[in-house]
Amino acid sequence: MNQPLKQHLIDPEICIRCYTCEMTCPVQAIEHDDNNVVVDASKCNFCMDCIPVCPTGSIDEWRVVTDPYSVEEQFGWDELPAQADLPSGDDTGLEALDDAMAALLAEAHKGAGGKSRAPDSAAKPTINLYNLGKPAEAVVQGNYRLTSADSDGDVRHIILDFGGQPFPVLEGQSIGIIPPGTDADGKPHLPRLYSVSSPRDGERPNFNNLSLTVKREPMGVCSNYVCDLQKGDKVRVTGPFGSTFLLPSDPSAHLLMICTGTGSAPFRGFTMRRQREHAGLNGSMSLYFGARTPQDLPYFGPLKKVPDSFMQKVFAFSRQPGQPKHYVQDQLRAHAETIAALLQNPNGHIYVCGLKAMEHGVEAALSDIARGAGLDWAALRDQMRDGGRYHVETY
Amino acid sequence: MLDLINVSYDTQIPNNVGLSSDKRVLKALEKWHPGYINWWNDLIPDRFQQSLVYLRTAVSVDPKGWAKFDYVKMPEYRWGVLLAPQVEDRRIPCGEHAGQPAWQEVPGEYRNMLKRLIVIQGDTEPASVEQQRFLGSTAPSLYDLRNLFQVNVEEGRHLWAMVYLLHKYFGADGREEADDLLRRSSGSDEAPRMLGAFNEETPDWLSFFMFTYFTDRDGKMQLESLAQSGFDPLSRTCRFMLTEEAHHMFVGETGVGRVVERTCQAMKEAGIDDPYDIDRIRALGVIDLPTIQKKLNLHYTLSLDLFGQEVSTNAANAFNSGIKGRYMENRIDDDHRLSDATYQVRNIKGDQIVMEDVPALTAINMRLRDDYVRDAAGGVGRWNKIIEKAGVQFELKLPHEGFHRQIGIFSTVSVDPEGKIIPKEEWQAKAKDWLPNKADGDFIQSLMVPVTEPGKFAGWIAAPKVGIDNKPGDFEYVKLHMA
Repeated sequence: MNQPLKQHLIDPEICIRCYTCEMTCPVQAIEHDDNNVVVDASKCNFCMDCIPVCPTGSIDEWRVVTDPYSVEEQFGWDELPAQADLPSGDDTGLEALDDAMAALLAEAHKGAGGKSRAPDSAAKPTINLYNLGKPAEAVVQGNYRLTSADSDGDVRHIILDFGGQPFPVLEGQSIGIIPPGTDADGKPHLPRLYSVSSPRDGERPNFNNLSLTVKREPMGVCSNYVCDLQKGDKVRVTGPFGSTFLLPSDPSAHLLMICTGTGSAPFRGFTMRRQREHAGLNGSMSLYFGARTPQDLPYFGPLKKVPDSFMQKVFAFSRQPGQPKHYVQDQLRAHAETIAALLQNPNGHIYVCGLKAMEHGVEAALSDIARGAGLDWAALRDQMRDGGRYHVETY
Repeated sequence: MLDLINVSYDTQIPNNVGLSSDKRVLKALEKWHPGYINWWNDLIPDRFQQSLVYLRTAVSVDPKGWAKFDYVKMPEYRWGVLLAPQVEDRRIPCGEHAGQPAWQEVPGEYRNMLKRLIVIQGDTEPASVEQQRFLGSTAPSLYDLRNLFQVNVEEGRHLWAMVYLLHKYFGADGREEADDLLRRSSGSDEAPRMLGAFNEETPDWLSFFMFTYFTDRDGKMQLESLAQSGFDPLSRTCRFMLTEEAHHMFVGETGVGRVVERTCQAMKEAGIDDPYDIDRIRALGVIDLPTIQKKLNLHYTLSLDLFGQEVSTNAANAFNSGIKGRYMENRIDDDHRLSDATYQVRNIKGDQIVMEDVPALTAINMRLRDDYVRDAAGGVGRWNKIIEKAGVQFELKLPHEGFHRQIGIFSTVSVDPEGKIIPKEEWQAKAKDWLPNKADGDFIQSLMVPVTEPGKFAGWIAAPKVGIDNKPGDFEYVKLHMA
């Protein structure tokens, strides 16, 4: 049996035949007759150049098929065929176009309990601009240790510059880093995903750069490579990836951000974006941040400078000498009343990011808080997730 | 290194033309800028200026970067100077210089002709914003309000594009022409806009949709021809403008389609089969199909006039000099000089409309108009599909090209929508059945009530099938400022 593939299609009921996509396609995969504008599946290389140029939204259509629809078939359509049921049960929501990256993100977002959706007011992300066959080349602008020298955790803030290559990212998206060398089987390493920790207009506004927050893992092929990078080194990058764990543009959205360790990366981006865009916001962001000690907590210094009126900060330290262990879920419970209010706010958004191990505890705490307010957490969570207001990214 | 893809924000004017290192032009544009802002502020009511609108803005001119969506207040929209990337070793595509390297500077001998073309194009851009200034207060939904504002800011940006060319390449008289673009005003008695169709009012939303479908499509054809210009900066400017113009076509085609859809739906619900049962249909609060046909007749014919005389030496000169090409010149398979070619043009012999062969060089306007008619027919076909799907017996039609014309050979005769020349008195007696009359206008006007609740639409128009930027149906496209 043929491997199912994602076929790019244009919705003939929505398309207005402006041919902008056809003019834009760099590989001439798009053609038209008097009736329809169609994509030739044998030529399309998923470069996505045609997606943003379409004025109608008719072009962002995908079907998973075993046999692609021919150009002639598509010319005859009055409307798009429905997605056929496939045994594989693959869905057509796209966070990435290559299967390896899509699988990684699907795994990371699994904790949300169902198919994730972007917040309604999020900006439209670009995905898969660069891939393994055609990576971008970034230059390291800086590599700074975030954890204090006496901590045994080594978390680094790394700034990558893309020069003249377009690399549009949104806060919450990830990029892939390709470590050099080969694996045990002699195959080149696959990219590893890292969340971007800077806002969309750059670590420095209007510079084409971004930052990552990376923790050195013992024996980690890529984390050691990234943490050892020197200024001026060149890095091969894929992405951007991810189309759901995104920041709402709506300034009235209230964000509850729960993280541990380097899970803070996307929230740094969220916070900086909001500071740059809506510096006057008051009381619409809360950050629950867990680490072993203050010395282990990335960005502890800069975070303390963010005014409490702009963002409520609640820390949970699990290894403070002489103090009981505190985890983020304990702090959530301690603030049950405000959390419960957020759960009932139609503009409330919850983001969870960090190690897989935190998922269970956070979910249990949210569930208890919901119950205390007379709410059914499972139903509420599904409702929030389907409305693009509950997001989990764990690894 | 000069970055020609990404938009630079290091001057007051976003651009990808290296303005910060071109002090002369930067200074000229910055001098022009306050006048532009005044013009904009005079046009758009303050309530809307303060509102957050979900707009598309270009962050770069390559395909990935030119459509970023986000909430923005219109006065903070990044109007700027954006040119499509330069094509290496581009050649003049047509006329006597065909095959020579494209001009990067204005060729002296064609200076005036070039300036005139740019000024005419530039004059239409602010005109349409002026024509549409009253529509904001009667938008049938936040979705439509957002689309109106998107069209408005992009027309504003297109004015910038033309003004940049005038400032950069035409010295003092270019600056004067740029000032005049803000001095003239649509419908003004003292200083009207240059082209007739741009002095007509856009009194209601159906007119707006017809205008964006038919009149902006003329704009698209003109831009397509100028994108073929041997003067490379003009070509690059127009190529980038075309990507934005497609959105205006979209607003028009789907707008009319949604009006047609709602009418058919209301007729079915009320059990009305006869599309000419006008009073009963209007009583449902929807616009009857015959009136939609009348609006179509009006806007289509006004737009045909924009193509000028069928046989024109000006057009021949512009083509022959390589200043303006034909629609999709690069895809036409001929000598691109038209030395001996002929083209069929309609002419009037006695009381008959006949086809005549004329030198193709002089028939450039006619050819572009023919391309336009073909292009415009496409959407009418889609609208008819909506009617057919609803099971209503009615067909919208483009009237004959000779109907209701003020410019060109047909301006001297009275032609009915079928293409028959008839006595003037007879034409005038029947005009009320062919073109919208005062009563039609009053009725449409009576339906124009604003709807500002997210996800809700006025009763005379259907919801769109897809949201902008794939947003869900109840997305708040405009966060209205409540003062």
